[in-house]
Formats: sequence, C-alpha cells, structure tokens
Amino acid sequence: MYSKKLMDICENPSNVGTLDKDSPDVGTGMVGSPECGDVMKLQIMIDRATRVIKDVKFKTFGCGSAIASTSLMTDWVKGKSIEDALKFTNAEVVKELELPAIKIHCSILAEDALRAAVEDYYKKNPDMRPAVSALGG
Amino acid sequence: MLKKPVYLDYHATTPVDPEVMRTMLPYFTENFGNAASKSHEYGWTAEAAVERARGMIARLIGATDKEIIFTSGATESDNLAVTGAARMYREKGNHIITSAIEHKAVLDSCHALEREGFEITYLGVDKYGQVSPEDVKKAITQRTILASIMAANNEIGTINPVAAIGRVCKEAGVIFHTDAVQGVGKMPIDVEKMGIDLLSLSAHKIYGPKGVGALYVRRKNPRVRLVPIIHGGGHERGMRSGTLNVPGIVGFGKACEILQRVMTEEIRRMQHLRDMLWDGIRTQLEDVYLNGHPDERLPNSLNVSFAYVEGESLMMGMKDIAVSSGSACTSASLEPSYVLKAIGVDEDLAHTSIRFSVGRFTDEEEIRYVVKKVVDTVNKLRELSPLYEMAKQGIDIKNVQWTGHHH
Repeated sequence: MYSKKLMDICENPSNVGTLDKDSPDVGTGMVGSPECGDVMKLQIMIDRATRVIKDVKFKTFGCGSAIASTSLMTDWVKGKSIEDALKFTNAEVVKELELPAIKIHCSILAEDALRAAVEDYYKKNPDMRPAVSALGG
Repeated sequence: MLKKPVYLDYHATTPVDPEVMRTMLPYFTENFGNAASKSHEYGWTAEAAVERARGMIARLIGATDKEIIFTSGATESDNLAVTGAARMYREKGNHIITSAIEHKAVLDSCHALEREGFEITYLGVDKYGQVSPEDVKKAITQRTILASIMAANNEIGTINPVAAIGRVCKEAGVIFHTDAVQGVGKMPIDVEKMGIDLLSLSAHKIYGPKGVGALYVRRKNPRVRLVPIIHGGGHERGMRSGTLNVPGIVGFGKACEILQRVMTEEIRRMQHLRDMLWDGIRTQLEDVYLNGHPDERLPNSLNVSFAYVEGESLMMGMKDIAVSSGSACTSASLEPSYVLKAIGVDEDLAHTSIRFSVGRFTDEEEIRYVVKKVVDTVNKLRELSPLYEMAKQGIDIKNVQWTGHHH
C-alpha cells in the first residue's frame, strides 16, 4: 500500500534527533498523543539575524507514513526562512509520498508540528513574532 | 539459507502440509465426482472419501462421524452455530451469552440477531483474556438459549476454561458453542469431556486448504438442531446445502489425521520455539509486555507490546518477518484491537503490539534471526521515538497534556 519513496524514507529518515529545548533559539513542537498512535516532536533552530531555520530535528512515534511525513517536512523546511517554511502544507507530503487517503492525517500532523514549533519559538522570542497582518498573509 | 520473509503468522493461516496436498490432488481430477451423486461410481468414490474425512475430523475432537457438518470455513460455521441455534430455539428464549473478545464471525452474528429481537450479553474478560465460568453462570436467565465462548483467542492465544463453562451450560440446559478454530491441534479438545454442543473448526489453520471448515453439532444429550442459513439440496442432514468441496474435505480430513499423530510432539516443539522467541526478546529489550495469559495460552502464540514503538512502523522495519499487529494503523478502521482493549491494555500500548505465531515449519534458525531483527528494529525505532526519549528523562507520558487530534 506504500510508495517506494515512503518505504525508503522510513528506512533512512533524515534529521532525526534532539536540539536543546531550553536554548532561546530553539522552538519545539509536540503534537499528537500516544493513545492516537502518533506523537511528533519537531524542533527548529532559528538564526535571529536572517530568520532562517538553521537546523531541524524530529522524533516521531507512529506508523510508517507518520515517520516519513515528518522526515520529508524537515528536509523541506531546513534552510528556509520561517515565513517560507510556513508555506509548507500537508498537500505536498500527500503528493510526494503518495499517501493513501486513510493516512492523510499523518501529513496534517506534520504540518501541525511545524506550526507548533514556530509558535513555541515566538513565545520565547516575542520580538521575532511578525505583525498579525504578516502572519495572516 | 533462510526463506524470507520468515513466516510467523500461523494464527492467520498455515501452509498446506505436503502430505495433505498429495492426498487432495486425485480429487480434483480422476476422482472428481459429486459426493451427492448416488447413481454411479464417481459419486460413490467421492462420498466414501468425504465420509473417511468426516471420521478423521470427528476422532480429533472426540465426536462421532454424523456430528460433523461441512461448511465453507469457520466464519460460516460460527454464523450457522449462533444464528441457526438462536432461530431454532427462539420459542424457548431470546437470550444469548457471548464474550467481548470473540471472533467477529460470532460477534457480528450476535449483532445481527439483536436486530431480530434477541438479547445478547457480552461478558467481559479478565486481564489475561479469560471468561469466568462463574460469570457465565450469573448471566444465565430463564430466557437463555445459547452461550458462545471461544476455546482460545486468535490475537492473544489465551485459552478459556472450556470444560468448566461447558458444565455450567449443561446444568442450566443452555446450548454451548465454542469457536475452536485456534484451539484445534494446539490443545486437547474433547466435545464429551468438555460438554460442548457446537464447535467450529477450520482446515486452513491446521495445514489444510482454505475454503473448508466444519461445525460439530451434538446428536444426543441433547440433540441439537439448527435452522439452516444456506438453503438448497438438503446436504449435510439439511443443515448446510451445497455441493461438498470434496478435495478440500479430503485435505481437511488428512490434516486432522496428521494432527492426531503429531499433536503431542508438535505442541512441545512449538512451545519451545515460542519460549525461545520470548526469552530472546525480553532479555534484550526493556519495557516489553506480554499480552495474554502467561501459562494458559496456546503453545505457539506470543503477543507483545513494545512500548514507545508503533506497531506498523515496527512491521515496516522488519519487512522480512511476516507477523501481524494490534496497532490501529494496520486496520482499516484506525481503531486499535478490541481484544487488547478488553483485557485492559492501555491504548498507547495497544498501538505497539505485535502478534507472533510459530508453527509446524518454524525452526530455531528462524527464531534466532527473528529475535535479532526484532531487537535491532525496536532499538532503532526507539531512537526515533519522542516517547522513549521522554521515558528516559523520567517523564511519565500518562501525565503529559497531549494535544490529541483527528481520530
């Protein structure tokens, strides 16, 4: 039921690991729940001057599509500015991994994890948060 | 050289034993007769073969030949037993007792009967998955006509106190059906000693072919009658019409004959391999939990929760091992196993469960390979698991405020 690409990513996911969650430059997002069978933890390290995601790490408890979705998303956002990274949507994952309909929620969770990580970073660094209008754009 | 994927899913199905296959072959070609053709040699040969098979099946469970009804498989046997008995004895009462962890073939038959006005009691099980005979006794009312309780569970392998439940039913005059699909060949079964009135069995779980099953229907003390669910030519004492699957039945019979010969030794062998698998896993991995009864369990069955590692990703990580999972992600409904839920396995652990089942053709080399593969894959996936990381940091994941989501 899975695409070869998805299987390959599961075999060798990228950006697995942990960043220092107490660092002011790191935003951490944790979404899902063990009861639902998926938990994703995503961490991004931001360069203050450029707003670029310098580093990104994740850990995922979940099925193959959840792991592959998070891995793919981390590849996508690494090196991008926060604003560009947030343009990422689950639809890209669905397309790229050819996710079956029943697994689409895994890709949504990856998107949620990214948003949660960015939000955590802004909480730590309120001065970095763009004006409301910019976010809405 | 190991044949891969290594097959450890004997609870799902088994390969046809080569001896069974050889016995079946002539009945596809030269002995192709219809067992219901009474007017010529082709029919007589087929009928004789069917009757021999019937005898072999009967002997394996302590029944007499005439008490065996052939079906298309255990799903049909369960449907016929539950639905057929309910409709036959409806005037006597409309109450049926079953358990929460029966196979869907029984549970869904019960649900259908509810729509016909029957009342069903779904008994809970203990943390090992056993139904208490005392609970059966307490559930029986004046209106109770049937109890359907499985001999052994297909997911966790737990064996029920069948004889004690049989006694309770007998005393109350309640017909006792047991789904013995997983039990046959892996535990002693005797319909007389265990007080069983109806018993479902399947060929493909015991190295016979798919597409054939049987229902034992008691003929005396009491004589059990059933309303058929398939109508037609009145085959099988009117209880199951349809031309008999002669090659399948011949194979089924042979499979039972072989079991009678090898069962004692095979049980010992499977148990050794199963224990070797479990010992290998639990001595090398922490936070692994056995689901099911520690002792009163099928000798080939091992259901394990590997905390912090989701079952489907674990199976993907060990693609060269054929097993099944209680994880939600492997089911169409995204619901974790109702059996694990019924025995009180926390949902987070239910997502991490894998069912291994060994069988006649499993060997030690395969088990050694599987142990190593499982240990390596679990370790690799735990490095990927945020839950494992939290557990290592001493955070109790039960106390975390999770965001929850779409399910």
